[in-house]
Amino acid sequence: MNKILASLAVVSALWIVRNLYVIFLQLPDEADQGAIYRIMFFHIPSWFVCFALFLTSGVLSAYAIGKRNFHADSLAVAATEVGLVFTSIGLVTGMIWARIIWGIWWTWDARLTWAFITFLIYAGYLMMRRMIEEPAERMRVTGVLSVFAFASVVITYKAIDWWRTQHPQPVLSIRTGGGNMDPAMEAMLYSNFVPLLLFAIVLVVLRYRQENNSREIEGLRRLAYSH
Amino acid sequence: MLRQTLAIFVKDLRMEFRGKEALNAAIAFSLVVLILFSFAIDPSVEDLKAMSGGLLWILFAFSGVLLLNRSFSREQANDTLEVLLSLRVSPSALLLGKSLANLVFILLVELIALPVFGVLYNVNILQQPLWLLFTMLLATWAIAIIGTVFAAMTVNLRLRELMLPVIVYPMIIPALAAAIQLTTLALNNEVPTGDNLIWVRLLVGFDIIFTALALGLIDIVLVD
Repeated sequence: MNKILASLAVVSALWIVRNLYVIFLQLPDEADQGAIYRIMFFHIPSWFVCFALFLTSGVLSAYAIGKRNFHADSLAVAATEVGLVFTSIGLVTGMIWARIIWGIWWTWDARLTWAFITFLIYAGYLMMRRMIEEPAERMRVTGVLSVFAFASVVITYKAIDWWRTQHPQPVLSIRTGGGNMDPAMEAMLYSNFVPLLLFAIVLVVLRYRQENNSREIEGLRRLAYSH
Repeated sequence: MLRQTLAIFVKDLRMEFRGKEALNAAIAFSLVVLILFSFAIDPSVEDLKAMSGGLLWILFAFSGVLLLNRSFSREQANDTLEVLLSLRVSPSALLLGKSLANLVFILLVELIALPVFGVLYNVNILQQPLWLLFTMLLATWAIAIIGTVFAAMTVNLRLRELMLPVIVYPMIIPALAAAIQLTTLALNNEVPTGDNLIWVRLLVGFDIIFTALALGLIDIVLVD
């Protein structure tokens, strides 16, 4: 298992290095935006990874509270933590792009606002987890919170359709039917999504194991105290 | 289910109206915040009308959470939550009854704070009374149902009073955003049309989705 994880990590790292080479040295500057458009190759895939992780977390949480399954609970919290890292990457890369293109770091349009709200809700989820010591109660309470929290992910995703936002409209051909983006650039976007997702999976599995171990140690400690 | 809901609702109302502790505190709090607004903004400007919805709903949400914190902690003193559950009161009836009681409490605070706001800041609150009432009912229900579920979730935490607002405010932002827009419109004697109808849809949709989610998930929160 360790070998598989390590090789996945190496593959994703090498893949990203290869992608960086293509992004910086082979693809030309974009016609309107110039060099800064390259941040999109990390911005958009990070959000995809983040949405995927939060979806995983929501589904696993629902499963965990339905079946009282602690493994699903550990996996859900691992996915949420890694998801929060990718939310931060998405927010920061977006802000850097905005500083160059719009001249401001932040604007309160629907997409940005809801991305920030999503960040806050999942941060609240992680705070709640630290406050509840009893594992079964922690699973029930934070599991329900995770299911609720997913609503904000859906709103974040749909915000550019529901409101007129300053955030750019969808450009990928899966959303628009094509023609908005150079195919080589779009291919690069997907090609960067895969190693980021692989890397996220490696992190999730590592955190999942830690979470499981810490719960077992907690249980053993409680057992020791009760004697 | 309906009888249980009604019983819980009446019980919570009776408990609160006997002492009126939380209600009095929430009303006093809302008046204090109303005074603070006059320092935060220039109360004479015309722009105040454009901000009135935002000011009001910040006030309502803040005093609302004060009341919500009491909703389940009220049961803690004598462990009455366990008693209720072992009497086979269904968790969803418990949630519904408590949410309705909280709806009444928060609406009461709003009905006192709103006219005071109107008088102090020279805003005519009766220009679109029906739209205002519609907004207040639906948005307050959103605060009440989400707040009550999360109050049940946080009741055993050490930092209960702190954690409840931290998770409730981000969750209710869609409803609050809609309420702020619709209230500002109503206080400027406008009816939501065209683009603004999204806020009506958002508010109604939010209420339906989260009421269903809350009723579906409360069993897991309360029963183990």
